Amino acid sequence: MTREAVFEKLNEVFRDVFEDDDITVDDSTTSADVDGWDSLEHINLINAVEQEFDIKFNMGQIVSMKNVGEMADIIISKLQG
Amino acid sequence: MMKELEYPFDNSYIMKKSKSIKKALLADGSDRIKKKIAVLGGSTTHDIIRILELFLLNYDIEPVFYESEYGQYWQDAMFPSDELKEFAPDIIYIHTSNRNITDYPTLDDSEAAVQDKLDGMFKHFETMWHNLHELYHCPIIQNNFEAPFYRLMGNRDGYDIHGKLSFINRLNFMFSEYARKASGDEGSFFINDINYLSTCYGLDAWSDPLAWHMYKYALCIQAIPTLSFNVANIIKSIYGKNKKGLVLDLDNTLWGGVVGDDGPDGIEIGQETNLGQVYLEFQNYIKAQKELGIVLAVDSKNDEENALAGLNHPDGALKPDDFVFIKANWEPKSENMKAIASELNVLPESLVFVDDNPAERAIVTGQIPKVNAPEIDTPEHYIRILDHSGFFETTSISEDDRKRNEMYMANRKRTELQESFKDYSEYLRSLEMKAVIAPFEKMYIPRIAQLTNKSNQFNLTTKRYTPDDIEKTANDSSNITLYGRLEDKFGDNGIVSLVIGKQDGDELHIDLWLMSCRVLKRDMEFAMMDELAKKAGERGIKTVYGYYYPTAKNKMVKDFYSLQGFDLVKEDEGGNKTYKLDLTGYTNKNNVIDVED
Repeated sequence: MTREAVFEKLNEVFRDVFEDDDITVDDSTTSADVDGWDSLEHINLINAVEQEFDIKFNMGQIVSMKNVGEMADIIISKLQG
Repeated sequence: MMKELEYPFDNSYIMKKSKSIKKALLADGSDRIKKKIAVLGGSTTHDIIRILELFLLNYDIEPVFYESEYGQYWQDAMFPSDELKEFAPDIIYIHTSNRNITDYPTLDDSEAAVQDKLDGMFKHFETMWHNLHELYHCPIIQNNFEAPFYRLMGNRDGYDIHGKLSFINRLNFMFSEYARKASGDEGSFFINDINYLSTCYGLDAWSDPLAWHMYKYALCIQAIPTLSFNVANIIKSIYGKNKKGLVLDLDNTLWGGVVGDDGPDGIEIGQETNLGQVYLEFQNYIKAQKELGIVLAVDSKNDEENALAGLNHPDGALKPDDFVFIKANWEPKSENMKAIASELNVLPESLVFVDDNPAERAIVTGQIPKVNAPEIDTPEHYIRILDHSGFFETTSISEDDRKRNEMYMANRKRTELQESFKDYSEYLRSLEMKAVIAPFEKMYIPRIAQLTNKSNQFNLTTKRYTPDDIEKTANDSSNITLYGRLEDKFGDNGIVSLVIGKQDGDELHIDLWLMSCRVLKRDMEFAMMDELAKKAGERGIKTVYGYYYPTAKNKMVKDFYSLQGFDLVKEDEGGNKTYKLDLTGYTNKNNVIDVED
């Protein structure tokens, strides 16, 4: 899956989870940029991303991701693995 | 009913789409009862509440939540905040897990020391339940414990007194015992069986350590809808929102094959074939539901003769007599379903339609709003899907529930008899009716509370009561409470009518008047009024006030008080009416029922 395709899918997940069709995420997007993305919604988001890509993040990855770009990197590495 | 929230639902879809699901539910125009639910957690509860709200909305319950601070379940119960007191919950749900067990045995503990730890842990919870009961007098729903996700001693962990698994099993047993006793006496107490749920879900997946160490959830995120659904089922059952009956197809639902084509000898039912065994197990399951008071009816595209031949198959468990109605004809199934509901005097949505054919299910759900027609899949899945759907979650078992099939059967005979009489009052007298009308009694509290929650049509104020409310009402001497039990030559209808009136000097205000629709047009309402007038007279009451509050379902009784001889004194723009009756010179209205009090 290309990086673009990953971001396409991520956009859909973000729109579903935060119920806002105007969200578009990029490499530098962080929780500060999205309305309602607090620590509780983060759980729901991670879960939805895992479902969408059929992957599982490990604890270390969840703790260390700094922005959506890093999330995409991890997703891509898992899909290639 | 929202298909997405019916079992078997897609957990991740619900988690992801919860916001849009909630919007859709709130916009569907359903009439909902509001309930205040306090969730006291021993771990994170945020998403559990978020998803619980969806399932409750889908059951026509609009919840308002109190959520304790993280992990503060015990503090909130023992030293309640003003916020919780002010909230005054209708239901308390205590979400604890084996992560909240603080005092496990160690290998050095003697048997007595282990017992002490067990008693200590149990006491921790029991004290809390008592305190909550004293403070709030409302139903308590308590999780039991899931098995631990590892076994230090392997298989021995389950039987060695030092094993965590053994400890948890024993604690669960003590919880069950408490629940069993509590259902008999004080307050209502219910176990949310996460031990069973986590087993069904898969314990390894359920107890995902990541969810705990990352987010302090005591179960994996994916399992949250499974948990919330289970809690919602208990709550809707407490409020009388269980289904009442199963309307079943025959061919390929209760047996394999088509009886009209294959003949009664050709259908698969019984021990002879593998498929026959699957269907027999299903028939046995349905028959056991009937013992619990679930009403059974047949809705099948068949000639009646063939349907009966199939049901009389010697190897089948269900017989024609197990069904209150057998509609075997070529009418649309939705029409049969409506006819069954109207003959039973219940709303069609209180019946579950069970049919292997997706097209028939679509017709029924398309024609009858809010009816459930579960996707039962293939025969080996029928039991699991019906069972896990929680249609008949049993929070209380009353004698009346268990006898329901008999009662409906007797109703059928009454209808047949009625047709043979020209004069209706002659028919009523021929029924040889006897009633007991008396103040609420302790042993009937579950049934009384249940009636207040599920009577919608013949219900003047539609006030709902929990068993605790009923007990308080009955103990308050300013109230006149009456239950009515009606029997006739065909059988005992059980408790069918309730009246609660509050005395204020020489006035009586009727807070509740309801009657079960299964005894419509039997003059029972007049017998109740006579008794109420008598009891009121004994207290020196001169005037009785009755109230009618319209809902979507109680049009049937809009002129009830006029028929009872009351005068309308007030009506507001919402259609709420106040009536008044002067008791001076009251004459009894019932002359067909023999009443004892």
